[in-house]
Amino acid sequence: MNAPVLDVRGVTVHLGGREVLSDVDFRLRRGELVGLIGPNGAGKTTLLRTALGLVPIHRGAVVVGDRTPRQAQGSLGYVPQRHEFAWDFPITVEGAVATGRTHLTGLLRRRTARDREAVADALDRVGMADLRTRPVGELSGGQRQRVLVARALALRPRVLLLDEPFTGIDVPTQELLSGLLAGLRDEGVAVLMTTHDLAAASALCDRLCLLNRTVVADGAPSALADTDIWLRTFGLDRAEQLLKALGVTG
Amino acid sequence: MTALEFLTAPWEYDFWRRALLVALMSGLVCGVIGSHVVLRGMAFIGDAVSHAVFPGIAVAFVLGTNLVLGGAVAGVVTALLIAVFTQNRRLKEDSVIGIFFAGSFGLGIVILSTAPGYGGSLESFLFGSILGISDSDVVSVAVIGALLLATTGVLNSRFTAATLDREQARAVGLPVFWLDLALHVMVTLAIVISLQAVGNILVLALLVTPAAAARLLTDRLGAMMLLAPLIGAGGGVLGLYLSYAFDLAAGGLIVLTLTAIFLLCWFFAPRHGLLTRTRRTAAPAEEKP
Repeated sequence: MNAPVLDVRGVTVHLGGREVLSDVDFRLRRGELVGLIGPNGAGKTTLLRTALGLVPIHRGAVVVGDRTPRQAQGSLGYVPQRHEFAWDFPITVEGAVATGRTHLTGLLRRRTARDREAVADALDRVGMADLRTRPVGELSGGQRQRVLVARALALRPRVLLLDEPFTGIDVPTQELLSGLLAGLRDEGVAVLMTTHDLAAASALCDRLCLLNRTVVADGAPSALADTDIWLRTFGLDRAEQLLKALGVTG
Repeated sequence: MTALEFLTAPWEYDFWRRALLVALMSGLVCGVIGSHVVLRGMAFIGDAVSHAVFPGIAVAFVLGTNLVLGGAVAGVVTALLIAVFTQNRRLKEDSVIGIFFAGSFGLGIVILSTAPGYGGSLESFLFGSILGISDSDVVSVAVIGALLLATTGVLNSRFTAATLDREQARAVGLPVFWLDLALHVMVTLAIVISLQAVGNILVLALLVTPAAAARLLTDRLGAMMLLAPLIGAGGGVLGLYLSYAFDLAAGGLIVLTLTAIFLLCWFFAPRHGLLTRTRRTAAPAEEKP
């Protein structure tokens, strides 16, 4: 098996005096599509932010390729939740996607042909090429999600992290994104996404990582039939619904 | 008097030519920088900075040195203090700003009260003295203004990325804190060079009003950053002529002209104006694709 592109080793993270992640071990390899599952407050977003070097690590280590997260900043593709983006900003779809490459452009340089090509490619892949001149404020929720994914893809990243990409989007966008993520996986990109949509995740992902402050279970969806795992991740009430949705019988 | 005579008559006076230049330049610079202020929702910071430069100007006035320089130093120091103190998450930014701007304004008044002719100079700082600008002031405004425009050109795409999505900007390693700081300092300098045109209290209008009007006219940052300085400079010059024609306070008329332009945009802007929106609601036949 190839070396992990994201290696989280025994990581503990404290935020505001609270232990948000506790001794988390997690590996992501090239050509893998992994779903990060867990209840609200389980630390899913924090795990992504730790990999991006945005959160100080209390104990343990994160290695991205062979670098620290801060050294690797700017090479990972990141799709934050949609509310992080100022949708009222006067910018077109194309302009918003191009900001994904701003940090690669020198202060006194203009965008190169390569930048434009990467942006055009990214827009094509998310099916937004036709809408590239539209102001972002006029887009629907699904279209907005596509813009954020395109912005990350404009980097042509080898690792792609997505935070709740399936929340609140229309069915066509959901299908398009699923196809896109599977395609990226097949091209050798390592994809990690957090999600609440368990059914979609287990249909799409090669592996599911169940997180509740620490990793409760990690394996192929079919290998996670043990009811106890779901109980420990989600608690009794939610687990029952989820298991029904998954077709796992207790 | 013909229209042409009306336009050219004041040109006989040196002080008028200097006033016109300063109105033009500060309108341009504030329009460009103000675009980022409006988009980032920093109007209150602009207000704070305009008060914060006051002690520096007072010190410079008392010592008889360059007012622009004194204001710039005080403004930058306060902007730095605000940027540092807001890193403490327990206090919201607006509280920190409120504390520092009121504090420095108080300091300015105390310093100024030590100077003879206190009342008159206080008035000219608060309400502007565009007709009493010196040649060296015009040069300071031109040099600082040019520097600000050049810096904006260099940092524009980074400011955009940081305003659009701070989380993503941080994640790709853009120096968000330093960009904030740079923007604060730039806002300070834009305010300092505009103070003499409209005064301490009204300078916020030069920064915010043209940019807000421009935002109503367009959905593109590039166009907004062209329209805002045009509106700012145009409003400045028009206000100055009105003050000449009616012999009324220049600073106040400049701001009122800008306010009138903003209101016109608010009602009649092609896409976002009240009129268009009302018409669209009345006739909802036009469906979005």
